[in-house]
Amino acid sequence: MALGDILIEVSNVAKHFGEGETRVDALRAVDLAVRAGEVIALLGPSGSGKTTLLNIIGCILAPSAGRVVLDGEPVFDGRWLRRDLRRLRLDKIGFIFQAHNLLPFLTAEENVAVVLDLAGLHAEEGRVRARELLDYLEVGHRAKVKPALLSGGEAQRVAIARALANRPRIILADEPTAALDGARAGLVMDLMRKLAVEQEACIVTVTHDEKIFDRFDRLIHLRDGRLADA
Amino acid sequence: MNLALKDIRHGLFRFVLTCFGLGLLMTVVLAMIGIYNGLVSDALAVVKAPVADVWVVEAGTKGPFAEASSIPADTRDAVARMPGVAEAGAVNYQNVEAFHAGRTLRIYVVGYEPGRPGGPQAIAEGRGIGASHFELVADRKTGLLPGETIRFGRKRFTVVGLVEGAMNSGGDPAVYVTLADAMALQTELDPAAQRVQAARGAVSVKSASVAAVIARMAPGADVDLLTATVRQWKHLAAMTQAEQEELLLVSVVDKARRQIGLFLGILLSVSAVVIALIIYTMTMEKLKQIATLKLIGAPDRTIVALIVQQALILGASGWAIGLMLILSVKDYFPRRVVLEPFNVMVLAGIIAAVCLLSSALGVRAAMKVDPATALGS
Repeated sequence: MALGDILIEVSNVAKHFGEGETRVDALRAVDLAVRAGEVIALLGPSGSGKTTLLNIIGCILAPSAGRVVLDGEPVFDGRWLRRDLRRLRLDKIGFIFQAHNLLPFLTAEENVAVVLDLAGLHAEEGRVRARELLDYLEVGHRAKVKPALLSGGEAQRVAIARALANRPRIILADEPTAALDGARAGLVMDLMRKLAVEQEACIVTVTHDEKIFDRFDRLIHLRDGRLADA
Repeated sequence: MNLALKDIRHGLFRFVLTCFGLGLLMTVVLAMIGIYNGLVSDALAVVKAPVADVWVVEAGTKGPFAEASSIPADTRDAVARMPGVAEAGAVNYQNVEAFHAGRTLRIYVVGYEPGRPGGPQAIAEGRGIGASHFELVADRKTGLLPGETIRFGRKRFTVVGLVEGAMNSGGDPAVYVTLADAMALQTELDPAAQRVQAARGAVSVKSASVAAVIARMAPGADVDLLTATVRQWKHLAAMTQAEQEELLLVSVVDKARRQIGLFLGILLSVSAVVIALIIYTMTMEKLKQIATLKLIGAPDRTIVALIVQQALILGASGWAIGLMLILSVKDYFPRRVVLEPFNVMVLAGIIAAVCLLSSALGVRAAMKVDPATALGS
């Protein structure tokens, strides 16, 4: 598969929490580059810094040191306000959660359309785009159903549709297949890869699920806040 | 996409129940406002009814409502002849208990001279008093009907008409009788007592006295000049209508008014705390969803709108339910519940302000939520 531009560039990034005796170094001098169309996994034991790295790439957490460039734009360089980072997330980043985190008061279709609504798309256009995505992910028939009535697999596909709704170039997934069985987990990963290729996006996944390791282009191991292997 | 409405629709039953609970609280608040207004309105009803400009009462008293007053009945003629007085009438007030239709009625009897100031202003049903004796016009709340009779003392009176909103400061409904009948009712002895007095050879000396004389002024006449002139007579005192109303509020209903006013203040404070707690709890229950919204890029205004709109809808619903409930039950209260549009709108304003303040607490909590909360669980 041909890889495209670098979408995520993390250079010498460090993150620590607390100071003095209570200081904890979650990340130490991490370098990482992910290109369009690439699907990578962040692996490592609990406390190794996977989620911290994911949060920094997702503009949720500011690094203590280092440089982060997302789709060609340097972030955390002092020019970005909190609302600008939120807008950046809306425009460029899609999130997929372990617990699908669908809004319980919206239908499947509305859960997808809400992202487009926030991005300023006309309501009807948003609804059509949401329906297309749900149909593509084979949950279109459940478009009018609230999350509480969806199965785990259906809910996760709706969550994927939401993450992809605004055509983000960076997709961050935190244990996206943890609640699924092996067959469904493989299907979901294949689907995500297909969409990533079509949308020229990259996918960074935090996972412990060995059943899907073969679905990734690269496995990035983190240990004690450092890259152990790439 | 209005997230506030979508969320309400999702938990509609619970939201409606919450609104209903708040509505009941608002019913109590509105009832207390109505009772407070009713107390003041009732207290002033008897003073306002004669549409007087000046009250002439016994010197050294604050009569005839705040304390007893007794002046010669012919004072009316003297007052009527004074410059600037268009008409004057003598009045008498007393409370009686009468038995009617199997129950005891506590009634405020107003004696007046038909054709002179002091009588009812508008007859709601039937007619005014046409005979010199033994006819009465009753307030509708007495339960008396035209054509019925009722015994006061040793005399039986026939109800010839009905009025509305006539009562004393205690809320006892009023009946109007002729001044002569009222004076007889006040001074006539029981037959047995009369026989005892006659056997002792006592001579009955009845001094014709009334409680007050009320005067209406001619257009352009000087009320202050009249009151100043009347006060020159040693046995009389005079008050303007405004002074009489103020006196009644200050001396007769002030404690009750302050009591209810204070209770109303406490009730409003409790309501504010309850509203704040409901809205804050509603927000706290949504923190995970708010974190998700932040994570997917929702701006602060979307989250603020979600909380504030729900708070305002809750407050407006509670207010509307409270208003509907109190309007449907206010007539069943033993005393009048008077709700003015101004009071209702002021309460709406207070609730809106409380909702906005309460939602500010929720908004503050929502703004602190870390979007990372949505990850990793």
